[in-house]
Amino acid sequence: MKKDIVVTVNGRKFRETVEPRLLLSDFLRDTLGLTGTHVGCEHGVCGACTIIMDGDSVRSCLTLAVRADGAEIATVEGLGSPDALNALQAQFRENHGLQCGFCTPGMLMTGMDLLRKHPLATDEEIREGLSGNLCRCTGYQNIVAAIRAAAASRG
Amino acid sequence: MSETDSARPADVMRPKHVGAPIKRSEDPRLLTGNGEYTADRKPDRALHVAFRRSERPHARIVRVDVEQARASAGVVAVFSADDLSGDFNPVIPTSRMPNYYATPITPLAVGKVRYVGEAVVAVVAESRYEAEDAVELIEIEYEPLGAASDCEANCEAGAPLLHEAAGTNVLIAREFKKGDVGADLAAAHVRVGGRFQMTRKAGLAMEPRSYSAEFEARREAITLYTSSNVPGIVRDAISDALDLPGTRLRVIAPDVGGSFGSKGSLYPEEIFICLAAKKLRRSVKWTADRLEDISSSSQAFAEIVQAEMGFDANGVAVALEADVTGDVGAYSIYPWTCGLEPVQVVSFLPGPYRIRSYRGAVKGVATTKPPTGPYRGVGRPISTFVAERLMDMGARALGLDPLEIRRRNLVRDDEFPYRIASGIIWDKTAFLECLEAAARTADYEALRKRQAEARREGRYLGIGLASYAELTGIGSRIAVAPGMPINTGSETAKIRIDSTGAITAAFGVASHGQGLETTLAQIIADDLGARFEDIRVVQGDSGAVPMSTGTYASRSAVLGGGAAKHASLALREKMKRVASHLLEASVADIDLTGGRAVVIGTDKAVSFRQIAKAVYSDMKTLPVEAREELEASYTYDPINGTTAAATHLAMVEVDVATCVVKVLDYVVAEDCGRIINPMIVDGQVHGGVAQGIGAALYEELVYDDEGQLLTASLVDYVAPSAVEIPDMRIVHVESESAAAGGFRGMGEGGTIGAPAAIANAIADALASFDIDISVLPATPERLFRLIQKSKNAKGI
Repeated sequence: MKKDIVVTVNGRKFRETVEPRLLLSDFLRDTLGLTGTHVGCEHGVCGACTIIMDGDSVRSCLTLAVRADGAEIATVEGLGSPDALNALQAQFRENHGLQCGFCTPGMLMTGMDLLRKHPLATDEEIREGLSGNLCRCTGYQNIVAAIRAAAASRG
Repeated sequence: MSETDSARPADVMRPKHVGAPIKRSEDPRLLTGNGEYTADRKPDRALHVAFRRSERPHARIVRVDVEQARASAGVVAVFSADDLSGDFNPVIPTSRMPNYYATPITPLAVGKVRYVGEAVVAVVAESRYEAEDAVELIEIEYEPLGAASDCEANCEAGAPLLHEAAGTNVLIAREFKKGDVGADLAAAHVRVGGRFQMTRKAGLAMEPRSYSAEFEARREAITLYTSSNVPGIVRDAISDALDLPGTRLRVIAPDVGGSFGSKGSLYPEEIFICLAAKKLRRSVKWTADRLEDISSSSQAFAEIVQAEMGFDANGVAVALEADVTGDVGAYSIYPWTCGLEPVQVVSFLPGPYRIRSYRGAVKGVATTKPPTGPYRGVGRPISTFVAERLMDMGARALGLDPLEIRRRNLVRDDEFPYRIASGIIWDKTAFLECLEAAARTADYEALRKRQAEARREGRYLGIGLASYAELTGIGSRIAVAPGMPINTGSETAKIRIDSTGAITAAFGVASHGQGLETTLAQIIADDLGARFEDIRVVQGDSGAVPMSTGTYASRSAVLGGGAAKHASLALREKMKRVASHLLEASVADIDLTGGRAVVIGTDKAVSFRQIAKAVYSDMKTLPVEAREELEASYTYDPINGTTAAATHLAMVEVDVATCVVKVLDYVVAEDCGRIINPMIVDGQVHGGVAQGIGAALYEELVYDDEGQLLTASLVDYVAPSAVEIPDMRIVHVESESAAAGGFRGMGEGGTIGAPAAIANAIADALASFDIDISVLPATPERLFRLIQKSKNAKGI
């Protein structure tokens, strides 16, 4: 039994008809073609699929698309563009906070959420905030540095 | 090379890219969701695969019933091994090694299953959801064949055989000998030894394995997009398996989300997906979920090492003996074979030390688990763990400081090139300088004081050192895996300047996160005199160069970088010749820099774009014979390869109540030769160390006695998060190698040193308990048991 949903993604409204079992991650990637959101585990541990839904970071692999009906979603595609990175993306580049780039969209969306909600006064706080996102390449040191720098330059 | 003009004034002005922390070219696309990983591919009307995988570790396949699955909605085809026989040639991981049995690789299990997770049936459907629905409807009847998951038990007579045709579970056996170990051990002043174990790990790249075989009906051709770090090897193997020439089979690794070796072998699913695309004449796609990735990707390490080391009264190691049993899993992997991991343990066990006599024997034993294969460090995380534990045990027995015993045993500067007992030759590398630099940077004496103070407060702090050497950038004289028949010793660069002046540099290497698009462009920018931003590096594409393998074994900076250098210098000469016509100056007076040719000492210059137009488009400026195509190709072979070395120093605190280990400080002093991009080098060290800390403290694939995997999710298989990994300090001791550019390979080293350094630090912290750290990971449960045992023995 398919269901009609209306979802706003990165400011644009989409009307789609989806199966109730469709994961939000698959909806974003396959239905809308927004492949910047990555799927690393499909059981809510790795954090690669993290998006922001109605103001909070959410695992899109643990969310059904029908639950996003009426919601406002932000994905990595809504941050900056290659020639105009946003402040956090720019700090990731400056601090070499990414290698293979697969966990990066999740790290960025988690980082955006942390920057909006928390003082991030210490590295411990940043690391605690990132503890739900796995990265296998960087050893985290430069991701922490990028978020520290972005936190310091917040208005 | 002929470029001896580096002292010229024009060169002094030239911007240098090699050595600078240049921001990566890859980043803008990867930071904005514009990267393209294999799972992001959207081929036209693609079909999707789901595999029914074995839930049995060892069983005969009695009956497979797929009728209900075939009738399920959206299903296009269902295949089991019987449906494919005759459609492919099995891939055989051959080797020139004696005492080796090569297990054939087939797309789906034939006759029996040998591990939980092995693919038995494939469903091809219009969507992944429908394919997974149909997988549930397949019925398979099995007849159990007996538990065979323990590598030591599998060596005994009467153990169930995984491969009946082999007549044994020992798929590989080898021994290295130098000198008279028995006599030297008997004469040793002090002997230390033990039974060491490095448990099985998962490579755990964040991107699960993913394949998209895209069918082009017009040419009857397949382009396989794969999350592989060896697309060239995959192309050649599938070409043989499916009788497809290179003109009809291209293999591309687009953006790849990490590998660490786990995507560095040919996989049955890669063969299947190309075969299905060929049979169905449709594009076919598959992406592993995490359960599939953990339970069917090649796994890591898994060795038991019985080892003993003898020292003379001065603390000089005189003899080393080891018997290694490798739990290699169910199949020998292609192309590296099941010998890669365990044989490398005995090859590298003597490490960077002068040891008079050595005997190292190894057996690789088949078990009902996924095959082991390459994983960052390959063999050396274990050989270093064992050798460094033995060094510390020797130091303790002799009353020497761990720093001092290493000073007495490391190969000295005047002893290079030094041939170790297994035949590996260390070229001149900064072994001792790395040791001293690590101690100096960490302020070793201060750490010892801090440790003593903490001890008085009842806290258990420990310091661990680990020195190692590795062979990188291996050339054609040495096989990356023992006896392997394919050439891994050369790398090609093809650099072309087109009619717009843009530069395309094609390589056979395949970056999976290392930033090779950036580092190789840095080399070309310097040696060609080009602007960095004008260079596009093409890699990971079997169609880009005639023969390629990929990126593995810390080779790409040395081999790819060497090829880039030579090809750039050849193209530079062509450009100078054209420029000499255009600028009416002699070739000797022309320099290339910043994307222009200039007459040295004047303001006369032409841009690369103008040179390209003169050659290709403007038919008046140049005489016909001067219109040389602006292209150069070079295949570089460093013949032997080059050494890289480091010393790691860790300080940990063990909470003896909870048995949790916290890493307080971590220093790496490493020699990777001339550094191309220090930012990227540091990143590689950070990531390698993090994986080494994971191996030392957290990560373990646990299989029960029957062969069931108990840690198949990221909840049960613990990969370190940002909370567990400390900040690291890195010191570079840049001693240039003899390879082109003076580079050494360095992508794996972090993982080689860290398990040993952490193990030594824990043993040092718990020295008062007289316990040995001989099994990794040193989980709280293991430490608790060791401490309890010690307390019981001491009657505390």
